[in-house]
Amino acid sequence: MSEVKNFGDTEASKAADVNLGDAPKKAAPVNMIQSLNWALHDAMEADANVIVFGEEIADPEGGGIVKISSGLSTKYGNRVRSTPISEMGFMGAAVGAAVVGFKPVVEIMLMNFVAVCMDQITNHAAKLRFMSGGQTHVPMVIRTMTGSGFQNGGQHSDFLEAWFCHTPGIKVVMPSNPADGYGLLRSAIDDEDPVLFIEHLNNYWTPGAAPERGKKIPLGKARIHRPGKDVTVIGYSRSMLDIPPVVEKLAKEGIDCEVIDLRTVQPMDMDTILTSVKKTGRAVIVHEACRSFGVGAELSSRIHEALFRELKAPVERVASEDCPVPYAPPLEAAYLYTHAELEASIRKTLA
Amino acid sequence: MSMTQPDSKTLVDIYQKMTLIKHSDDRVIGAMKAGRMVMPYYSARGQECIPSAISVQLTDEDYLVTIYRGVHDMLAKGLPPKLLWAELAGKVTGSCKGKGGPMHLTYPSKGCMVTTGVVGASMPIACGLGLAAQLRGESRVTVANFGDGASNIGAFHESLNLAAVWKLPVIFVCQNNRYAEHTAYSKGTSVERIADRAASYNMPGLHVDGNDPIAVYNAAKQAIARARAGEGPTLIEAVTFRFNGHLIGDAGEYIPKPEYERAVKDDPYPRYRNWLVENKHATAADLDAIDASIKQLIDEAEAFAMSSAAPDASEVKRDVYATEIA
Repeated sequence: MSEVKNFGDTEASKAADVNLGDAPKKAAPVNMIQSLNWALHDAMEADANVIVFGEEIADPEGGGIVKISSGLSTKYGNRVRSTPISEMGFMGAAVGAAVVGFKPVVEIMLMNFVAVCMDQITNHAAKLRFMSGGQTHVPMVIRTMTGSGFQNGGQHSDFLEAWFCHTPGIKVVMPSNPADGYGLLRSAIDDEDPVLFIEHLNNYWTPGAAPERGKKIPLGKARIHRPGKDVTVIGYSRSMLDIPPVVEKLAKEGIDCEVIDLRTVQPMDMDTILTSVKKTGRAVIVHEACRSFGVGAELSSRIHEALFRELKAPVERVASEDCPVPYAPPLEAAYLYTHAELEASIRKTLA
Repeated sequence: MSMTQPDSKTLVDIYQKMTLIKHSDDRVIGAMKAGRMVMPYYSARGQECIPSAISVQLTDEDYLVTIYRGVHDMLAKGLPPKLLWAELAGKVTGSCKGKGGPMHLTYPSKGCMVTTGVVGASMPIACGLGLAAQLRGESRVTVANFGDGASNIGAFHESLNLAAVWKLPVIFVCQNNRYAEHTAYSKGTSVERIADRAASYNMPGLHVDGNDPIAVYNAAKQAIARARAGEGPTLIEAVTFRFNGHLIGDAGEYIPKPEYERAVKDDPYPRYRNWLVENKHATAADLDAIDASIKQLIDEAEAFAMSSAAPDASEVKRDVYATEIA
């Protein structure tokens, strides 16, 4: 295994790296909304079995609340449908259509609303392949958005990825930038298993390199965002906006962090992670979801199990408080980890 | 609802399916009582008419979704008895390689798409199967089975609404056996007839005697024709009774004795057999021959199941995802 095995292993991740590095940009920056919209258009064009539904996603209803599905219904007609506010009904409909060969992409407007259709996701989409002995399977994508920082309170802001990572049969993808968003969504739609695709409200409007249309990024492959030798800092989704400024600040002091963007949370790219941590001997995991029983706990455990004797410090977790997401801005800020906490955690592994 | 009487051949086909269901059920329970098989088994004894009278009007292309009490639905639709028995016995030769069991029977080549162990969950999935047929311009229909208890869960209401809004070719078949697990119908359901709930979703609601094959046949005929014509879904409520409680081992103490005795006295299976002979649709000898051939099928199915191997432990790594897990 090379030390930076997955660095720039696809054209799309090169494009993402280009935007964050010094090389000239190939195309004008775009945001995640644009790149996901392109991915949906290109997937529908490429495969007539791709169908899209969810609340308010057709053009007469606005093309989605942040317009990610804009233009789809106008171009693809009946394959794109706004649904009643009926998550259990249309999630089950996606399962049924997928069982007979369609590739539904369903939108759950905000991640907390998965709670009203969990049965169809965790008891059916995730398990039909196994329970049928492989006779049926459920190739569908559930797109959903979430994130704190918008005063949306306790039922519109949670990161619940750990629920689904704990359900064998589902894959969980959490992109951090527009180019990854495009390439990962294309692969998620092609995938033969159900994929939960979680988008962060905070990342929607952050500009990044434009994706190369048609270039897919394989699921289950992390991206080395910044090579380094002292501490491995692992993030995904929104935390990939917070990690770079802290890491660059520390770089000025000579602390050289390697930053890994997981991109796919389940399955995790353990090769890339363990190769990096073997080199650095230190790891810090950063996620917006609350700390306890989360992805950070699983990853920390896996690193300790594999590399206990080679670690120079215990693995650190940087995450949100174990409380519902609060409403008042000072409380909401207190809920989320801070850049200072991230910096302190990195320093702690070096102490 | 206009009632037409099917021809004698169809009536005998219904009898054949009912016989297959009844004999298989009797034998499974016998095998469990003798200790040859162990499983959570939800007998449908008493409900044989419903899937039999519906399935004689379906093709292999039509889809079926059912629930944990769904062995009768699956057999009527064409799940081979050998594959059923091997699955119940947890053998690798079962339709699901022994990974699903009685609550997850699946056999797509006969349209047996999903069996769910969750009350109500058959209906949203049926909407998706109906949507698939609609988008592809196919004439196939989807039958979604569920019980009276499921008409009180949200999935029922969401699915009927969605199917009506999208005019999906789905037939919702409520097999009202009067008890939701241990709870009597009137204690858990606000309406006298579940079929009346169809009005809320702007679709026909047909209330029939689920122990009368001709009544079920006619209701299904109307619903299937409507679905195939692209006119949308129908709710059928077929009133019946289950003779063996919620699952085997349930002594049924919550069922008043007179109600149970009346139901058993009205057992639709012998009544239908006698009716066929009395009305000259078949001779007793014809039906005896059917019974004998079914007995042989079940003998073969049981022998196949008992002599088959258990799945290898490595199967826990397979069929979780498309590619085997490390």
